[in-house]
Amino acid sequence: MIAFIIRRLIQSIIVMVAVAAVSFALFRFVGDPINSMVGQEASIDDRQALRDSLGLNDPIITQFGRFIGNALQGEFGISYRLQMPVTELIMQRLPATLELALVSGTLAFITGLGLGVYTALRRRGVLSNVIMTGSLIGVSLPTFLIGVLLIWVFAVELRWLPSNGRGEVVSIGSWWSTGFLTTSGRLALILPAITLGLYQMTLIMRLVRAELLEVLRSDFIKFARARGLSARAVNFGHALKNTLVPVITITGLQLGSIIAFAIITETVFNWPGVGALFISSVRFVDVPVMSAYLMMIALIFVIINLIVDLLYYAVDPRLRVDRAAHSH
Amino acid sequence: MTPETQAPQTKAPGRLYRAWDSDLAYAFRTAPVAIVATLVVLVVVFCSVFAPLIAPMNPYNPAALNLMNGFTPPMEPNAFTGEVFLLGADGQGRDMLSTIMYGTRTSLFVGAMAVLFAMVMGISIGLFAGWRGGWVDSALMRIADVQLAFPAILIALLVFGIARGFIPDGLRDQLAIWVLIVAIGLSDWVQFARVVRGASMVEKNKEYVQAAQVIGAHPLKIMFRHILPNVMGPVLVIATISLALAIIAEATLSFLGVGVPPTQPSLGTLIRVGQGFLISGEWWILLFPAVTLLALALSVNLLGDWLRDALNPRLR
Amino acid sequence: MTDAKTEPLLSVRDLVVEFPTRRGVLRALDRVSFDIMPGEVLGMVGESGAGKSITGASIIGLIEPPGRIASGEIRLKGERIDTLGPEAMRRVRGRRIGMVFQDPLTSLNPLYTVAQQLTETIRTHIDISKGEARKRAIALLDRVGIPAAARRIDDYPHHFSGGMRQRVVIALALCAEPELVIADEPTTALDVSVQSQIIEVLKDICAERGAAVMLITHDMGVIAETADRVAVLYAGRMAEIGPVRDVITEALHPYTAGLMGSIPTLTQETDRLVQIPGAMPRLHAIPQGCAFNPRCERAFAPCRETRPDLISREGGRDVACWLYDPARTGELRDA
Repeated sequence: MIAFIIRRLIQSIIVMVAVAAVSFALFRFVGDPINSMVGQEASIDDRQALRDSLGLNDPIITQFGRFIGNALQGEFGISYRLQMPVTELIMQRLPATLELALVSGTLAFITGLGLGVYTALRRRGVLSNVIMTGSLIGVSLPTFLIGVLLIWVFAVELRWLPSNGRGEVVSIGSWWSTGFLTTSGRLALILPAITLGLYQMTLIMRLVRAELLEVLRSDFIKFARARGLSARAVNFGHALKNTLVPVITITGLQLGSIIAFAIITETVFNWPGVGALFISSVRFVDVPVMSAYLMMIALIFVIINLIVDLLYYAVDPRLRVDRAAHSH
Repeated sequence: MTPETQAPQTKAPGRLYRAWDSDLAYAFRTAPVAIVATLVVLVVVFCSVFAPLIAPMNPYNPAALNLMNGFTPPMEPNAFTGEVFLLGADGQGRDMLSTIMYGTRTSLFVGAMAVLFAMVMGISIGLFAGWRGGWVDSALMRIADVQLAFPAILIALLVFGIARGFIPDGLRDQLAIWVLIVAIGLSDWVQFARVVRGASMVEKNKEYVQAAQVIGAHPLKIMFRHILPNVMGPVLVIATISLALAIIAEATLSFLGVGVPPTQPSLGTLIRVGQGFLISGEWWILLFPAVTLLALALSVNLLGDWLRDALNPRLR
Repeated sequence: MTDAKTEPLLSVRDLVVEFPTRRGVLRALDRVSFDIMPGEVLGMVGESGAGKSITGASIIGLIEPPGRIASGEIRLKGERIDTLGPEAMRRVRGRRIGMVFQDPLTSLNPLYTVAQQLTETIRTHIDISKGEARKRAIALLDRVGIPAAARRIDDYPHHFSGGMRQRVVIALALCAEPELVIADEPTTALDVSVQSQIIEVLKDICAERGAAVMLITHDMGVIAETADRVAVLYAGRMAEIGPVRDVITEALHPYTAGLMGSIPTLTQETDRLVQIPGAMPRLHAIPQGCAFNPRCERAFAPCRETRPDLISREGGRDVACWLYDPARTGELRDA
């Protein structure tokens, strides 16, 4: 078990180093950092001096080492466009994105699981067919269109919910700001959370349904029925638990993509999160922000993957035993 | 029509009949969903390809526009000019129907080219990885795994951002469409590569490949000729589903303002523009492009789903 | 065995099971009738697709939809069970009829310990405390031959070997003390070396508790060693039923005779096994008359026209073959 975790940690570090290399390459080679820092009028000598002082003339590997060292300390340079430390920019906007992702992820998981189980158990029901057809439309609807249509109906026509921003936020501690504690903050969260969660919900629902149907056909379910266990015990105790392993995997990955997909939702709803920051950095080729965002997303993915691995252990006893001994 | 191209037509009835009689055609004829989806796709493709010929006006020809027609609701005569627009007109007095036709043209072009790019790249990499095996194969497949873990839209955005960093300001708008195609294509090659690699791993150990090597033919050439027909089915399915994804990706990027330039609006751009008119009540500027995009993406998706089931019932 | 005075434990009469398919309705079982006496071991043999497993599934009320019992009746101690509602039937399963499936590797839920699966099943049917159920479970595991049962009960299925897992499956099937156990090919998936042990355990423990066994297998050797009576199915129809010794030594139905000829024995020095020419028909292409007639060396006119019903013979034997109908064999002599 410990050997397994250590191996996963090493793999994670390799992935992070690879992403750091891409980030660094972005940082170093896309556009000229000097051009972005000084005006056109700077002399060649001035530029050379700046290059030296920034270490841009050192060997690439030294520069990469320095980049990683800085990254470990949360240091990603200054935004070309906003002239502020990138880390500060991201930290300011991270709470907004994380709260949105958390709410929509939970929403997607719970409704996706519920609908998936329902459509699998009532496979031939009318409602199940309606839900399945609806889910296909859900997969084909681009996220931004869902957002736009929700704004149209609930913000413009019905005027029930706000169409942009986070509402009022309350500061907690030195840097976290939350919208959970005010009514306007909670109302503002509803439409973006649905927009962001709908696609993930559809995917989770289809996955749960497919896995559950597969498990329901298995021998041990037949045997559980043949022992006279109640439908409830068979469906939920035996079948559902066995669908959890694949569902956890995909859901974990989905959670990572929710943070990435937040880019779109944040743009539609003017949500002041890191995704919106990233989009503007792409538009204006603000390289330090792009590379820091890339590192952040990779880190989140790696952490989620590690959590998913640990969850496997909780669910599947087959993995718990002698894994370390077998793996070599 | 040259005589050469006409010659095979004498044989065509037989071939046509065989195509009609095949399992795939039978499955198609008995699947109403597939037929409707195909019809929708055909109509949309026809309207966009021939937009310059059949559209009521060229919305990007300033001479054809009359600002007095601005914001004309659908099917209602304009208060000043008395002109009627089937789907209304936008703020500049452009006919929405024509705008949508031209917009779909851009969307479809970008989507199709991106899929083509992804397909060529994926097939080449997959074939190469499967043929070489060893560390080349594992390295390529690790890259594919890592890329697959990240959402395609993020990859496309990143590629787009990087490309813009390299392209001088003056050329950015001109090259935007091609950058977009490469960005979407690069985010989508992995599926193709995986299928082709799997098939070529199996095929390369077969005797005919070894025999061909003995004769002196290049095994890569042999594999190209023998493996590709084998994976045509899965590749077709992936290409169809990729097309839906690429159309959505293009629309999304354009909506985010990092896609096609404003001079060549796509469906995504139109929706982005239309969103601005919602508050003031000009709903048609948003709704009709949105419906077109949804109809196109849904139909292509349904077609892909159906193809997958029809070509490989075991996958279900 | 078939004492006219004792009431049969299980009685199946004219059972018809149908599966609607795109090409029309398939009859998986066609008017199958047989009895199982209390405490008896009935072997059920036939080729794959003959309907053995479907017979077991229909008794326990678990035919996969869209399959369904089209007609006939199934009685357990005189009470009809084929018409019971889902909840009433659930209480029959496990409690009155236990079932053992073919593959022990896939029959157990991998995510629960053996203790959890056993106590859950016991407590579903018998109203006792958790501790009590656990004690019973340990005793039962011990009885089916699991060494150090008290310790191993908290292991997960993947900790056990195939043979041990099948013992666990038997314990699960028997934990609520059913009167009848249906064992569907219980040893097919196992290593040859443990097959006979598993059959032995199953047979002994059922004998101890007075439970009857319906042993489904295509292995005539197992039947010969274990069963009291044997029923032979062919293409969804009953070909022959009788005491196992008699059927083996003197098969009445030509199909049974062929089947017996294909058992390899150590005593007989045959160069090669006897084979029946041809193959059992697919269910959608059963020939008119006796289903076996195209492959039967002794087929005559009526075999090709009318399906024979079971004809009772002396010694508690039944056979569905025109050769044993005096009225028809007359035609044979005339021809």
